[in-house]
Amino acid sequence: MTDRPRLAVVGAGPAGLAASLAATSRGIHVTLVDSAARVGGQFYRRPAAALGALRPQALHHAWHTWERLRDGLAAADSVEHLPDRHVWCVERRSDDFVVQALLGPDQRESESVRADAVLLATGGYEKVLPFPGWTLPGVVTAGGAQAMLKEGLVVPGRTAVVAGTGPLLLPVATGLAAAGVEVAALVESADPRAFARRAGALAALPGKVAEAAGYTARLLRHRVALMPRHTVVAAHGERRVEAVTVAALDGEGRVEAGTERRIPCDTLAVGHGMLAHTDLAESLGCRVEGLRVYADDEQRTDVPGVWAAGETTGVGGSALALAEGHIAGRSIAARLTGRAPDPREWAPAAKSRRRLRAFSALLDTLYTPSAHWTDQVTDDTVVCRCEEVSAGEIRTAVAELGAGDVRTVKLLTRAGMGWCQGRMCEPAVAGLAGCEQTPARRLLARPVPLGVLARAGEPQEVLGGEPRVDRGGEPQEVLGGEPREDRGGEPQEAHGGEPREDRGGEPQDAHGGEPREDRGGEPREAHGGEPGVGQGG
Amino acid sequence: MVGAACALYAARAGLDVTVVDRGAVTGGTTGAGEGNLLVSDKEPGPELDLALLSGRLWSELAAEDGLGPAIEYEAKGGVVVAATPRELAALEAFADGQRAAGVTADPVAADRLHDLEPYLAPDLAGAVHYPQDSQVMPALAAAHLLRASGARLLTGRTVTAVLRAPAGPVRGVRTDRGDIHAPAVVNAAGTWGADVAGLAGAPLPVLPRRGFVLVTEPLPRRVRHKVYAADYVADVASDSAALQTSPVVEGTAAGPVLIGASRERVGFERSFSLPVVRALAEGATRLFPFLSEVRALRTYLGFRPYLPDHLPAIGPDLRVPGLLHACGHEGAGIGLATGTGQLIAQVLTGTTPGLDLTPFRPDRFPEEAV
Amino acid sequence: MNPLRRAGARPGPAFTVTLDGREIEALPGRTVAATLWAAGVTSWRSTRGAGRPRGVFCGIGVCFDCLVTVNGRPNQRACLVPVRPGDEIRTQEGTGHDD
Repeated sequence: MTDRPRLAVVGAGPAGLAASLAATSRGIHVTLVDSAARVGGQFYRRPAAALGALRPQALHHAWHTWERLRDGLAAADSVEHLPDRHVWCVERRSDDFVVQALLGPDQRESESVRADAVLLATGGYEKVLPFPGWTLPGVVTAGGAQAMLKEGLVVPGRTAVVAGTGPLLLPVATGLAAAGVEVAALVESADPRAFARRAGALAALPGKVAEAAGYTARLLRHRVALMPRHTVVAAHGERRVEAVTVAALDGEGRVEAGTERRIPCDTLAVGHGMLAHTDLAESLGCRVEGLRVYADDEQRTDVPGVWAAGETTGVGGSALALAEGHIAGRSIAARLTGRAPDPREWAPAAKSRRRLRAFSALLDTLYTPSAHWTDQVTDDTVVCRCEEVSAGEIRTAVAELGAGDVRTVKLLTRAGMGWCQGRMCEPAVAGLAGCEQTPARRLLARPVPLGVLARAGEPQEVLGGEPRVDRGGEPQEVLGGEPREDRGGEPQEAHGGEPREDRGGEPQDAHGGEPREDRGGEPREAHGGEPGVGQGG
Repeated sequence: MVGAACALYAARAGLDVTVVDRGAVTGGTTGAGEGNLLVSDKEPGPELDLALLSGRLWSELAAEDGLGPAIEYEAKGGVVVAATPRELAALEAFADGQRAAGVTADPVAADRLHDLEPYLAPDLAGAVHYPQDSQVMPALAAAHLLRASGARLLTGRTVTAVLRAPAGPVRGVRTDRGDIHAPAVVNAAGTWGADVAGLAGAPLPVLPRRGFVLVTEPLPRRVRHKVYAADYVADVASDSAALQTSPVVEGTAAGPVLIGASRERVGFERSFSLPVVRALAEGATRLFPFLSEVRALRTYLGFRPYLPDHLPAIGPDLRVPGLLHACGHEGAGIGLATGTGQLIAQVLTGTTPGLDLTPFRPDRFPEEAV
Repeated sequence: MNPLRRAGARPGPAFTVTLDGREIEALPGRTVAATLWAAGVTSWRSTRGAGRPRGVFCGIGVCFDCLVTVNGRPNQRACLVPVRPGDEIRTQEGTGHDD
């Protein structure tokens, strides 16, 4: 055990969990480093243990997949879960890696984990494009509203509008409605006619279409007004949002004059898609292609010893993350034990991965923000929420000071220099500057106290010299915590979220190989898996 | 920055100016700089003379309509602190020499240090205060000087050749998007100045010297001056390729505190280096203990244009008529930009330069160094 | 149905914390942000430029809009920090550093 090769997995969402299970069952010692108190990532975010939720699945989709992951992890004897660790850098040394993580929630101390290989499974976060009023309290990201609901069992108000674009909006609206919020409208900029035109391609994954239909039926039952090809033009209010104005979009994505309608609400949950966390990969020197980390067929980055899986390598949902994580785990297990892996071993997962990526690419073409969203962004609209940089300042930097890219706009306006380091405003800045969105090189993945930095890398801090057998003494809490139905002695590895396509003609690949059992009326994720909002590690 | 200043002074001298950059405005070392306008770190000699000239020009520019606030010009002054009596003695001797060359340098006793900088560590030996040290926000400075110059700005265009007449003199540059004709070409390509010089057939040994900067969360003004440790001066003047760090700490108009400075010659290596950043944090928290609890939001790196004798190349290149150089200012390019721009404009218009350019001759390096 | 009931929550005993001196009730396991939401509060910071109110935006620790001062320590993300009995939560102004 002591001399097992050591893998550090950053992020305990679907990708990180699937990889951990695949690797540990093949002789690898896994340290699973994650920012949350409990494993699951954003997708399987659960109520805090102390809330004692007897029916956590009431707010969830794909719960059976979660149970399989959870049980697999509980049975794995060589996965060490380090919760509440906020990874701020992965240091590449001559023959190994050191993961540096702040201990949460105080984040005043740092801890190090040594490893022979690293898997970056850091997930993603939600993209939101600005509009007048978007900084008002009560305006939250769709994923944020969902995260607060799933973990804190709390909602932000009584009356909500859910708006933007993307597969996340349906489950968020459904979830809020189920939690007692009056959802006044679901405002989606995508055009249903585009879906109809791609009906053939969509039908290739019938499960997804059925899910969407299921959501829609539930929303109608809750009397939610569905407003496709509409957009939020502005949010109104003084100290918090009191109403939003929505309007129809014409065929070119412009607001149709005269269609504006004011909807009173105290909450606006808004999102325009997902972005991947690429920071750790950047600082390791991994190739980043556009907005995602490059990974080969084995999920290897171009830096030896560093793998990447899940949203980090391109946003595609939890089912795709499971498939990628599984492949990564098997590849790592082989490579760390001196073998060249045989891709035939993971052929079903590779097949799922291919289909789900194609599906996600299709969704990207269907769910698009309105083409002319910048028209609605008045000069006095704050674009950089941290540094309070207005759209007007950004336009001046572009028109008068020669800024033509995100970095130069940042240097000349401070947009992107604040606490969030541009994660929130980069898409907007790119849109206003009329250029490609290029993520900043965030060499520190999180804010780090200078006192911690000044001590970073002191040898005695490094864990991982020997395996730690204390697994927190609380496997229930760490790995489950919910009342668990006994699932008997089934082989755990088979449940490790490993994509399963081995069951004949069932269309289960529609779910990325998530095991499908009848789950009654439970809400399920929408197309492609509701993207796992979040930041592992 | 240097290119922007050359454009400004050349345009004001009546020349028709085109600025070409393969990247964006302020896309090179300028965008990674701290914006120091320093005399304090320079020993008596040609660089100090250039710094004094540049400092005067910066303050004149800052007094022009709206320009000072736009470029966040701040005549904040520098404080160089010594940790031990021995360091203090060396620092004071250094300051004596600077005073003789026209620098204002006021000794600060240990018991008065906290009047200047209340949050400094308690046990320092003393300091020297340099009221002439100033700061600008470098990216804004470059962009606003360019705008004020009225020069044609062609960004995203790469110079692929220096055009020469059959008899030898330059007649412009070729870019990936067409030729630009001009009787004079100024190489203000900073750390990449060797490439442009090479295109002209006039080698110049500019090399990158990497530096990291740490940026904190926004704070109220707790660091009032540019504060650095006395050993910084030795690092600046060093030829070593190995890593050197000495703490340089300053507040900014926008709120964050900037922390430098590291120097190492590692080519154009862009990956993160924890040992370097750790050393910066260590030095800064030693000078200002309150910073231990303050969070660094980001760190970035840049490449200073280093020439072997630490002096920039400024002026005509006798090997190629019509070619001028204005690069190789190492870590002082923002501060020295205005003086450099004015000198270049003087050469271009046939006026006698305000400073003797001999020490800055671009062709001063033996061939083997190139 | 409210989310606690929907999830069949049986939380531990509630305790008291303060927001700017005012007592509010908190459930164990919730974050500071969830606690404030449950108390009907949606903003607890004013920005350092225009002094505008802010609260939760991303809800997962990425956007830093929900920064708050807890027990005298500024700039903590309310959406990440678990609430503890007796916490003194303060609305945060500007940089949070008493400027």
